[in-house]
Amino acid sequence: MESLTNRKKVLEQKPMTFAERMYLPAILSGLTITLKHFFKKKATIRYPEVKREYSTNFRGIHSLKRDEEGRERCTACGLCALSCPAEAITMIAAERKPGEEGLYREEKYAATYEINMLRCIFCGFCEEACPKEAIYLDGDIPPASFDRENFVYGKDKLVEPIHKK
Amino acid sequence: MTITQSLFYFLAFVAIFSSLLVVTAKNPIHSVLYLILTFFTLTGEYILLNAQFIGIVNIIVYAGAIMVLFLFVIMLLNLNVESEPQKTNLMKFIGIITGGIGLVVLTAALKSTDPSNTVVIQEVDMGLVKNLGQVLFKEFLLPFEIVSILFLSAMVGAVLLARKETK
Amino acid sequence: MESALIIEKFLLITIVLVVSLVVAMYMTLVERRFAAFFQDRLGPNRAGPFGILQPLADGVKLFTKEEILPENANKLLFIMGPSLAMFTATISSAVIPWGRDLVFGDKVISLQVADINVGLLYIFGVVSLGVYGMMVGGWASNNKYSLLGTIRAASQSISYEIAMGMAIIALLMVTGTLSMRGIVDGQGSTLYGLKGTEGLGWNVFYQPVAFLIYLICMFAECNRTPFDLPECESELVAGYHTEHSSMKLGFYLFAEYINMFVSSAVISALFFGGYNFPGQEALANAGVASYWITLIGVGAFFCKIAFFLFFFVWVRWTIPRFRYDQLMRLGWNMLVPLAIANIGITGVVMYLTGHIN
Repeated sequence: MESLTNRKKVLEQKPMTFAERMYLPAILSGLTITLKHFFKKKATIRYPEVKREYSTNFRGIHSLKRDEEGRERCTACGLCALSCPAEAITMIAAERKPGEEGLYREEKYAATYEINMLRCIFCGFCEEACPKEAIYLDGDIPPASFDRENFVYGKDKLVEPIHKK
Repeated sequence: MTITQSLFYFLAFVAIFSSLLVVTAKNPIHSVLYLILTFFTLTGEYILLNAQFIGIVNIIVYAGAIMVLFLFVIMLLNLNVESEPQKTNLMKFIGIITGGIGLVVLTAALKSTDPSNTVVIQEVDMGLVKNLGQVLFKEFLLPFEIVSILFLSAMVGAVLLARKETK
Repeated sequence: MESALIIEKFLLITIVLVVSLVVAMYMTLVERRFAAFFQDRLGPNRAGPFGILQPLADGVKLFTKEEILPENANKLLFIMGPSLAMFTATISSAVIPWGRDLVFGDKVISLQVADINVGLLYIFGVVSLGVYGMMVGGWASNNKYSLLGTIRAASQSISYEIAMGMAIIALLMVTGTLSMRGIVDGQGSTLYGLKGTEGLGWNVFYQPVAFLIYLICMFAECNRTPFDLPECESELVAGYHTEHSSMKLGFYLFAEYINMFVSSAVISALFFGGYNFPGQEALANAGVASYWITLIGVGAFFCKIAFFLFFFVWVRWTIPRFRYDQLMRLGWNMLVPLAIANIGITGVVMYLTGHIN
């Protein structure tokens, strides 16, 4: 059939010359290529000791932030749980008692706050939904474990340590 | 008994025993393996006679090449008890006659040898490559060359058969 | 005196055996590390510094794995296969001359287990027996893949032995001896009679074609890529050792590495001067003690062996596997005629230069 564009090129296979049929030059050039790779700098990063730098918008483990005076920002409004497409966040709210003003910024706070890291897809919607700027996905990669229970992160793991700010 | 003698008797015993097993073994693969063992004992006997070259060549040619082909073919044939056809009485009769004739020939050959002449090796170095080569290339030059040409032509024929027909 | 000799030989055999086992052990690591390097990776580097404990870990793993005997396998032959492979792999090192005689005063220690008159043929015979390990083990496991691997191994090794033998014949015409020590000692002279090349008169410069043929056949005999058809994973699962597990598999793999080590030693001794090294005459003339020269020679020999072991790995990650008909065509239609032509040309050249009359 007539070609439409005439751009088709028929490649002609020439019979191989004697030097080509000996294959030795080809084998030698192949050997030099592999030898070059032998001495090349390796692309591997030795992970636990050396870590690749994360990108600036990397999303890792969540952390619940504190304000300047060290009080928890979270007010347990539930917007993060609502926005979570994977339904990974649960919380129980509680009322701040008098005398706890140094611990919680708002009058309502999260008594328990749990994120199931096996469900979480690290989309960052909770971060966007939060009106109090209380949750950020600025941590590391969640470490592996043999038990499912260990992947449910409570406040003990999520809340920022107090000395940080 | 010297070490050499006891080695000889040991090797001879193993050789006879394993060659009997070659005949009596039910499984053809076992048969071939016993035959290989027989060749090894024969190599041992050659080395006792200080014929190193023949001993090693026996291993290379018989154990290393021919027996591999034997094993190869028997493995491919997949012989076993079920598929083997029952032998008729006529077959057994023919087998006995041929075996008997072989036995007669062997006995006659054994009888005609001179048993008193036990010291066979006059020269200790007779079996070494150097002396063997001199004998082969001086006294037996013509037969040796004819045999080599025979082997060469067989090999060339094999290569020719294997070569693809090209126009 | 007799018992002293026996003890000396026994010690030497033990050392050679241990060295070849250790080299084989570490070749598994080197193979994996270098394979990684060729692919721009790092390879196993976790067990100990640079991963030097990895072979131990592998050994422990292989020893503690479950032994599986297939139900319809021929039990005795199934176990005999790996043992035979190991046995034939280890005995071939007996005739390799590892160095000159060590001389301490009036005590002379030979660094060769047995200097037999037909050393080269002995190696040849043992190598040709190596295929029995695969054949027996592969057939006994009663598995189609194993049987196919077995058949491939047998026909491959027989085909390449012919070309190998022919290449060796041309070499023997130059050296004029079958003793390994004789062949190595013959290479200690000058190269083409040029001055200043003492210890460089290696056979590879006199018989390059034979070297090339021998090299190719060596790969085929060791079942290494590009000739690893008996165990090619993509077609035959694992070939002849498909059914073998635990240390029986370990023995097969170990035998392969020992074979590699011995073949490297043989090719270094035959074509690369063995324990000869350039400058040995100058050292001897400078009054260096002879055992030092011997030890340097042993070191030179092991450097050559190390190069060929590296070459095995290098080629493995460069050249892809042959198809079976290509393998047979290379063996029978290229290497055998080339080897015969090499014999003829060698004869003519030797006649013209007056080496034979």
